[in-house]
Amino acid sequence: MNAPTKPNDWNALPDANGRFGEFGGRYVAETLMPLVLDLDRAYAEAKADPAFQGELKGFLKHYVGRPNPLYFAERLTAHLGGAKIYFKREELNHTGAHKINNCMGQILLAMRMGKTRIIAETGAGQHGVATATVCARFGLPCVVYMGAVDVERQKPNVFRMNLLGAEVRPVTSGASTLKDAMNEAMRDWVTNVADTYYLIGTAAGPHPYPAMVRDFQSVIGEEIKAQILEAEGRLPDAVVACVGGGSNAIGTFHPFLADEQVRIFGVEASGHGLDTDKHAASLTGGRPGVLHGNKTYLLQDADGQILDAHSISAGLDYPGIGPEHSWLHDIGRAKYLTCTDDEALAAFKLCAELEGIIPALETAHALAKLPEVVKEVGKDGIVVLTMSGRGDKDVNTVANALGMSI
Amino acid sequence: MTKDRIDRRFAALAAEGRAAFVAYIVAGDPSREVSQAILEGLPAAGADIIEVGFPFSDPMAEGPSIQFGSQRALKAGMTLQGVLDMVAAFRTRDQDTPVILMGYLNPVLNRGYDRFAADAAAAGTDGLIVVDCPPEEADPLADALEANGVALIRLATPTTDDKRLPAVVRRTSGFVYYVSVAGVTGVKEADAAAVAHPVQRLKAASGLPVAVGFGIRTPERAAEVARVADAAVVGSALVDEIAGALEAGTNENVTERVLSKAAELAKAVKSARVRDA
Repeated sequence: MNAPTKPNDWNALPDANGRFGEFGGRYVAETLMPLVLDLDRAYAEAKADPAFQGELKGFLKHYVGRPNPLYFAERLTAHLGGAKIYFKREELNHTGAHKINNCMGQILLAMRMGKTRIIAETGAGQHGVATATVCARFGLPCVVYMGAVDVERQKPNVFRMNLLGAEVRPVTSGASTLKDAMNEAMRDWVTNVADTYYLIGTAAGPHPYPAMVRDFQSVIGEEIKAQILEAEGRLPDAVVACVGGGSNAIGTFHPFLADEQVRIFGVEASGHGLDTDKHAASLTGGRPGVLHGNKTYLLQDADGQILDAHSISAGLDYPGIGPEHSWLHDIGRAKYLTCTDDEALAAFKLCAELEGIIPALETAHALAKLPEVVKEVGKDGIVVLTMSGRGDKDVNTVANALGMSI
Repeated sequence: MTKDRIDRRFAALAAEGRAAFVAYIVAGDPSREVSQAILEGLPAAGADIIEVGFPFSDPMAEGPSIQFGSQRALKAGMTLQGVLDMVAAFRTRDQDTPVILMGYLNPVLNRGYDRFAADAAAAGTDGLIVVDCPPEEADPLADALEANGVALIRLATPTTDDKRLPAVVRRTSGFVYYVSVAGVTGVKEADAAAVAHPVQRLKAASGLPVAVGFGIRTPERAAEVARVADAAVVGSALVDEIAGALEAGTNENVTERVLSKAAELAKAVKSARVRDA
């Protein structure tokens, strides 16, 4: 096998077979193959169609609220005593997270393909809420699969989805979290092939999903680029984002891949610690395998059985990761750090106290690693962190973890 | 060259003018010992071919029956090596009944394709069905299997159109498996009239026998399918017998219940028709 090398054109990947190096691909049941190939064609056409892109841009501006600000986190910068820290404010989007960027793109595509029913999986519920939101906006029926454990720890989001007219189906197989919700969504899709569009929320799954979700989320990194040039007259020294499946991260990273002076940091959830069996760090603690339609780093046992992930953050509680991250990890273009539940909780509090922003627990993992990143780029550096979501949904979880009751 | 066992079995059945009854079980469900007893009892119960499911933590194409069966097997400690050991033990008693392993790619990939293929052949495995490995991704696996004489058996489905069919049957041997419903195993019911045409189309494209499965639960349905296809596959209905026996708390009758269900289905398949050869 050849050692993976950096490409001349970062946009040339994935290749026609959906490969980022050895990762990605289309490992789905034959029943789904024609659908996945159809989606590939339909997305390629839409991507090249100025009318589609114009329509998407309009909804992102007027419905989602883009562009959102790039905000100088002055007090956190002073607290850490080093590089200037900026937040890309994805939590100010409609529905409170980056997830809607992708949902808006995919729902327009689904309608263009003539699909009349939408299904989705969700972990923290942010993708479920975003999907339910766009389905309400465009009048399409929506079924969201959610692990029964997540239904319990993310009750406000379940209520939100119901208000938006979506049916939330709790999934009780396996560990009853995101991986199991994704299995169940695949089972629905394979059963309802004619009318149903599977709106995957992260940059994983069979090709073209990883590339398509990346493209729809790349608006994050593109805006950062324009905004930091305006604010500082130069590119940042580092960008930082949390990584579960990795959609906000790849959307942040991708527009900077060719800018080699920009260092890229992803932060995985290490739960109770990498030396325990309760973590969700697929890159740091896993090895390559095949799950949910793609080849990527996975948490698995010696026999190739997928292990249950653990993170205090439901959105990072997944034993896999998008295939482009696996590739960026292997070629060394991005560096992936890990953050424990406890470190994330401390960062959650710190951000609320210093900046008046309650971050999502997912984002808190990236915040927790800022001291390391700041140290690496030096005092005159500039760091941009993607504030992927707001933390209102997490207040119950955090209160429980801190031994308080609401 | 173990795939010859599949060819011999289908040739013999064609001479008899009847279809094959293919029984699917999850290896290790509900325990290694009971599962071995079921496996060894299936030929006498009338199974012409046996599909041995190797359990996976995330069986995305399975309905509840086989999901639960897989979980029971994993909980009881079944591994891919354990499955191969079961097949090897079976082969010491039965050298004629084809055994097909069926499951998901990750455990096979984890073992390494070459090592898996060599070990599977050595254990006496005749074929492999991998649900989540479409032809586009299958060449490295097909290379390893071909080198070891193990058939790669491909799934075709109601969504496989004429354009795709040649790719689906390429490098397949032994037989082709027609998934009779768009869906997961054991939930929707197959429509025998609707499968007749796709079965003929697949036979013409592949030159191989065609087995039909995914929606056959009853002897009546098995007989209907056996009239229009070369084999009828039943899985969930057998796995349900295990669940039923466990629920009833009659652990010692598990083997008996599964084998008696298999015998009932086999009888229906065998009496379905005398086919023009």
